[in-house]
Amino acid sequence: MNEYDVAIIGGGVIGTSLARELCRYRLKIALLEKEEELAFGVSKSNSGIIHPGTQNPPHSLKGRLCVQGNILARHQSRELGFDFKEVGELIVAFNEEEVSRLVRLKKEAELLKVPKLAIVGRSWLRKKEPNLSEEAIAALYAPTAGIVSPYRWVYDLSENAVKNGAEVFTLTKVENIILTHSTMLRVNPEQAKRVEGLTEQSAPPNKPRFEIHTTKGVFKARYVVNAAGLFEDKISRMVGIDYFEITPRKGEEFLLDKKRQYLTNHLLFPLPGKTSKGVLIIRTSDGNPMIGPTAEDIADKEDLSTSDDGLKKVLDSARKMVPSIDENDIIAYFAGLRPVASSSGLGTPSRGDSLRSSDISSSVAGDDFIIRHEDKVPGFVNVAGIQSPGLTSAPAIALMVADILKDHGLSLKKKLFFHGHRRKTVHLFAVSSRDAKKIIKKDSRYGDIVCRCEMISAGEVKDAIKQGAKTLDGIKFRTRAQAGRCHGTFCTTRLMKILAEDTGRPLTGVTKRGRGSEIVKGKRD
Amino acid sequence: MTKKLTCIECPVGCALSVDIENCKAISISGHKCPKGEKYAISEIENPLRILTSVVLCENLPLEVIPVRTDKAIPKAKIMEAMSEIKKIKISKPVAVGEVVVKNFLGLSVNLIATRDTAEISA
Amino acid sequence: MIEKDLVVVGGGPAGMAAAISAFEAGVEDILLLERDQYLGGILNQCIHTGFGIDYFKEVLTGPEYADRFVKKIRSISQIEISLRTFVVRLTRDKVLTYLKPGVMQEIKAKAIIMATGCREKTREMAHIAGTRPAGIFSAGLAQKLINIEGLLPGNEVVIVGSGDIGLIMARRFLLEGAKVKAVVEIQKKTRGLMRNVVQCIEDFDIPLYFSHKISKIYGKDRVEAVDVVKVDDNFNEIADSKFRIDCDTVLVSVGLIPENELIEMAGVLIDKKTNSPVSKEVNKTSIPGLFVCGNSFKVYDVVDSVSRDSVLAGRLAAEYIKSVCNGPKDSGRR
Repeated sequence: MNEYDVAIIGGGVIGTSLARELCRYRLKIALLEKEEELAFGVSKSNSGIIHPGTQNPPHSLKGRLCVQGNILARHQSRELGFDFKEVGELIVAFNEEEVSRLVRLKKEAELLKVPKLAIVGRSWLRKKEPNLSEEAIAALYAPTAGIVSPYRWVYDLSENAVKNGAEVFTLTKVENIILTHSTMLRVNPEQAKRVEGLTEQSAPPNKPRFEIHTTKGVFKARYVVNAAGLFEDKISRMVGIDYFEITPRKGEEFLLDKKRQYLTNHLLFPLPGKTSKGVLIIRTSDGNPMIGPTAEDIADKEDLSTSDDGLKKVLDSARKMVPSIDENDIIAYFAGLRPVASSSGLGTPSRGDSLRSSDISSSVAGDDFIIRHEDKVPGFVNVAGIQSPGLTSAPAIALMVADILKDHGLSLKKKLFFHGHRRKTVHLFAVSSRDAKKIIKKDSRYGDIVCRCEMISAGEVKDAIKQGAKTLDGIKFRTRAQAGRCHGTFCTTRLMKILAEDTGRPLTGVTKRGRGSEIVKGKRD
Repeated sequence: MTKKLTCIECPVGCALSVDIENCKAISISGHKCPKGEKYAISEIENPLRILTSVVLCENLPLEVIPVRTDKAIPKAKIMEAMSEIKKIKISKPVAVGEVVVKNFLGLSVNLIATRDTAEISA
Repeated sequence: MIEKDLVVVGGGPAGMAAAISAFEAGVEDILLLERDQYLGGILNQCIHTGFGIDYFKEVLTGPEYADRFVKKIRSISQIEISLRTFVVRLTRDKVLTYLKPGVMQEIKAKAIIMATGCREKTREMAHIAGTRPAGIFSAGLAQKLINIEGLLPGNEVVIVGSGDIGLIMARRFLLEGAKVKAVVEIQKKTRGLMRNVVQCIEDFDIPLYFSHKISKIYGKDRVEAVDVVKVDDNFNEIADSKFRIDCDTVLVSVGLIPENELIEMAGVLIDKKTNSPVSKEVNKTSIPGLFVCGNSFKVYDVVDSVSRDSVLAGRLAAEYIKSVCNGPKDSGRR
């Protein structure tokens, strides 16, 4: 029976965070994702930064949820077994005017209770960031910034959610949402009466209010949470809520060879610009330095192309901070799209709409998260415009949405057994030699190296497939196989064979990221 | 008329000059060894190529094994030869040099295996 | 800790020739480690002819050339061969750690010969703008898919790079029934052998563009097209020279990089430009007793040169072993 208490649309970090949170309670949860795997949308291009909370307006949802999320992310890394590295962040100033902006940023961040902030000077910077440009005169140091692997977090969340009873559906694209009778009563009583002759009294309680029509059939749910990233506006319009629009803002990122991993010690930020935090220099969870992103509003929600122009912009900005950055160290590049929400001018939220935060006005201007129960469509919650610091805020957003649902009638009864912990994924080269030996002796597949550059074994690849990888990208995101310096030249054939075998499809059916991206076009037969 | 050719017999790739009359090679220059002379004549009068490819395997530890013609075949027959090669399926172990198809395409050349299936454990 | 006189890392033409040569020079305690499930290395997928013209005075295909060494090495019982074995660590004291299914083992060797070959330069290193769809392959990967797995990577191919591998693959795709729309070369002339231009490009009338490069790749899930643009003497794009080619596959064949990350880990000095070991003498490295041969020492044009180079390395290793101890194990051999 496809009837659920809550249907979550969108399987990125927000959707999976919420699914896992709601699994603490005795609820039937469905997570609907249109791509072949989770985290194949906005979350896949995330840099993985866990922000300390700086650079957010003091009374914003973003600020509050980011600070809360920073703490919760650490808890989750221990519970779910993914790596969280506290690396600290430096917002760097190059002149006195910028220093005064730093002072303002520090004050604002302190209002949000971002801990341990300090303004550091030249000698501190020389010592702790030797490759930072000599022109840097000061920086705002926020020690609580961290780095994670965004997609491994998503996969660990979803694995845990599924273990606790959530149902995850991929290749399930929402095409239409139909309001069932009881909802229609509130939205359009006249029409409801005409259609079914229903009245408020005759509406059955606790029945699904939504019929979600997808490419994989119909799902019925009492509550729907829209966490569909770039397509939030499309989903929201399906139920007649159209006061915001999502514009993709492209960011191109460039990865450097791991040999340069000691380029920086902290996450380096310039002072924020109008539309983005600027070009950063960070070290990702996998150990590669990364420079970027750009910030360019575009029209096509599926345009993930990179450009020569983008490369030049990023290099110029990055070299201002770390002059020794060499173009020849770049080993990979990609683009991501931020889902920026802006008012579509078609309707404004009424003052009667409930919202936890006291600041409604900024929420539609594209500056803050939109996290609200849409009173016009009871049971429907929008979680839109989740750009930076969206990843960091995800666990806090999950709690906030759970509260919103509770406030609107969802009964949250705790399960007797909630398995909050997850065993850490085996990564052979993250453990000591002695432990690696034990692992290999116990299970010979861990001694069978498939990816030469990152030293990933067949055992790890098979674990990833068990965790839900169905594509080469899915394996790459979970294990790092194909993410090394040879970009899959060595391991692709072997990975294809393992995937084909373990997922029961022919070699010609193995894809990069889902149907349409098959690796080969034919075979001899 | 004079035609310029590059010899393909070895990696040196001598630049050859061939005088042609009535579709026959009259004189050849530019070659550093006798193979070049032979090649020039052949290339003008009846271009030949060694064909290498793979054939499908069944019940063997490899998906395909590489094969080649043991002598050069007419260049004009290459695509026809490929059609035939694509139809072949071998199911018995082969050694290097073993004949897979005798008198391939009736051209008095054999199609031979260039890899040893016994060397490969599953 | 297991001890060996000589460990050879890599069972391709370089490693095999080096091991055999070391044996013939008197070393009798040799272990050869190969990561694949068979010997032969890259030659197994080089099914075309052109190998052995110098070394064997015969015209052989890659697998046939490899087979000569495989048969020879199999006949020498003093060379122990371990397949599916992957070296993961190397120290300056010549302690190697390797992995194979079920086993993680350390070995201390008197001498080590690294014969780990090359990896290819990829699209990323060529900085080609555009999207990241399926259908972009390094030439070597495409070659492996066709010649080892019997799979056809694509139907309409554009090849970047006119080196030998790119040229060979142009013919290979064509023979398998694909359309090869163009070979695009940024230099003014081919980097490959003229014989390959004749038998791979001219024979089949494949368009070959010199002084051109691919400026953008299109396609969301699969390659759909590429933009090709002419470049000037400084490799800058010439305005208004851009044209588009529809295709579903892009093959990138823009160079090889010696695989020397293991010896770099051990502290050997590496030339940053070539990724080869810095050494005053051929095959030697900055660590005594640690030798490199074949393509991981220097990217050679033909495998015959690899064999000669590796024979030398084998002899050097034997000499070294003799000099640092009282002779190799089992020196009862005459």
